[in-house]
Amino acid sequence: MTEITAFWIAIYIAMLAAFTGYVVISRIPAILHTPLMSGSNFIHGIVLVGAMVALGLANTPTEQVIGFMAVVLGAANVTGGYVVTERILQMFDRSGKKPGKGA
Amino acid sequence: MADFSFAIEPVYIATIFFFIVGLQRMSNPLTARSGIVWAGAAMLIATLVTFFTPNLTNIGLIAIAIVIGGGFGYISAKRVAMTNMPQMVAFFNGMGGGAAAGISAVVLLGPTTPTSSLAVVGGLIGAVSFSGSLIAFLKLQGWMPSRPVTFTGQQIVNMAVLVLAIVSGVFVILQPSSRLLSVNASLPLFFILALGFGLLMTLPIGGADMPVVISMYNAFTGLAVALDGFSFVTPNYAMIIAGVIVGAAGSLLTLKMAKAMNRSLTNVFFGAFGATEEQAAHVSGSVKAIEADDVAVMLAYADRVIIVPGYGMAVAQAQQKVKELTDVLERRGVRVKFAIHPVAGRMPGHMNVLLAEAGVAYDHLFDRDEVNPEFPSTDIVLVIGANDVVNPAAHRKGSPLFGMPILDVEQAKNVIVLKRGQGRGFAGIENDLFYRDNTRMLYGDAQETVGKLVQALKKL
Repeated sequence: MTEITAFWIAIYIAMLAAFTGYVVISRIPAILHTPLMSGSNFIHGIVLVGAMVALGLANTPTEQVIGFMAVVLGAANVTGGYVVTERILQMFDRSGKKPGKGA
Repeated sequence: MADFSFAIEPVYIATIFFFIVGLQRMSNPLTARSGIVWAGAAMLIATLVTFFTPNLTNIGLIAIAIVIGGGFGYISAKRVAMTNMPQMVAFFNGMGGGAAAGISAVVLLGPTTPTSSLAVVGGLIGAVSFSGSLIAFLKLQGWMPSRPVTFTGQQIVNMAVLVLAIVSGVFVILQPSSRLLSVNASLPLFFILALGFGLLMTLPIGGADMPVVISMYNAFTGLAVALDGFSFVTPNYAMIIAGVIVGAAGSLLTLKMAKAMNRSLTNVFFGAFGATEEQAAHVSGSVKAIEADDVAVMLAYADRVIIVPGYGMAVAQAQQKVKELTDVLERRGVRVKFAIHPVAGRMPGHMNVLLAEAGVAYDHLFDRDEVNPEFPSTDIVLVIGANDVVNPAAHRKGSPLFGMPILDVEQAKNVIVLKRGQGRGFAGIENDLFYRDNTRMLYGDAQETVGKLVQALKKL
């Protein structure tokens, strides 16, 4: 596949993804807005993968320094986003149907 | 190291699948908790398989960076108090935006490709999200005044900075041969201007609008991640899809929140301009204080009570005591409801989460539209640490709050406002409610005060 083809395929995919994001959110009740914002904050932590590739392909010291910072920030986004979301959602357990049961 | 690069795309596909399943599960309170676990597992495998990217160097550096960043994120998110969760979302969102800006920078330092312009746009959005989110974090954390920061000509300065950022971005792509405009000069300039724009754009936004702003920056980061996914020589579909999903979902969520506050996005971002300080003369009457014991007696003989929680309840960690109060009152046959304003606290759903934590059942919680018609037939409204969302000034033309849908608590027979001191609300506006004849102020720390009410009620 040439670069341009891959590009256009990516555009198609992006369009479908936009609809997916829209549909998933439109069904969410108001009480879940906070956990959801936090959850989507975690999901864009996938930026870590891109930062890894960027650092992995870096040649000059400048690129390495910037890439290194990007990986640090991306990793913080991932773990912080996960823990915050998990802690918010934990609170829904107690009011759930199965009190006392973890996870 | 064995070559597992063949596994990258299949694993990314699985990652996206589990992200979507995870988000779907988060859309139901009963499955919500498992949703994040699914998404987390997906993120873990995606990170691991990325180590097998062909021609990947600096693997040691990558591992060290992950340990540093991951450790920092984990520890700071574990340590922070539940009340500070909203600003933590802003904080980690900023981290993601910064990472996206960094990726753009590395891509742009390399040779120009047909998708360089996407890296520039991604870098711009990512950098704006980074500095903007950090300002939002500082404002919510109280490390910076939360009131709008304005100066004359601000809008012109902001626009100028944005335009200059775009111009320098164009130079980054074109890479003119002139030494002055080389990529080594224009790229740092581009990022400084982009970061500056994020900062300038967030400064004039008041604390009350922060949830909307954080949600928007969340969508921004998603978009920046997607654009960065495009900018690699081989597109990174995992980044594109996850980023676009967050971008779309975040945009919709932002609009929903703004709608709940009856604020247009223009209003949120440019509302601070031209807003004049209100004259105190508008408010007539005086503030009347009351003691906890008297409130307890009133509550004991009331028929219908509505509790309006706000950020003050979260700060005082009073939710557990509020739950006790509800139980005591219900045992006496008082009907207790909770009125939850969509933007009470610092985020939509903030109050629901705290009350759920304390064990208050969902069927006790009512949103604004459901509960507003009930205030006239309510004996006592207990406002616990809420301010702007119950300010009747929102009904008066000329008030900066004008048009914001509020809880019409002033229509109740009695209003008791639990408040720490005489300060203003987050929006920095005087509250007319406190001066009404049917309003009494119960000053003190909310947790302590509600505790006193419970004690007094038990003795009655």
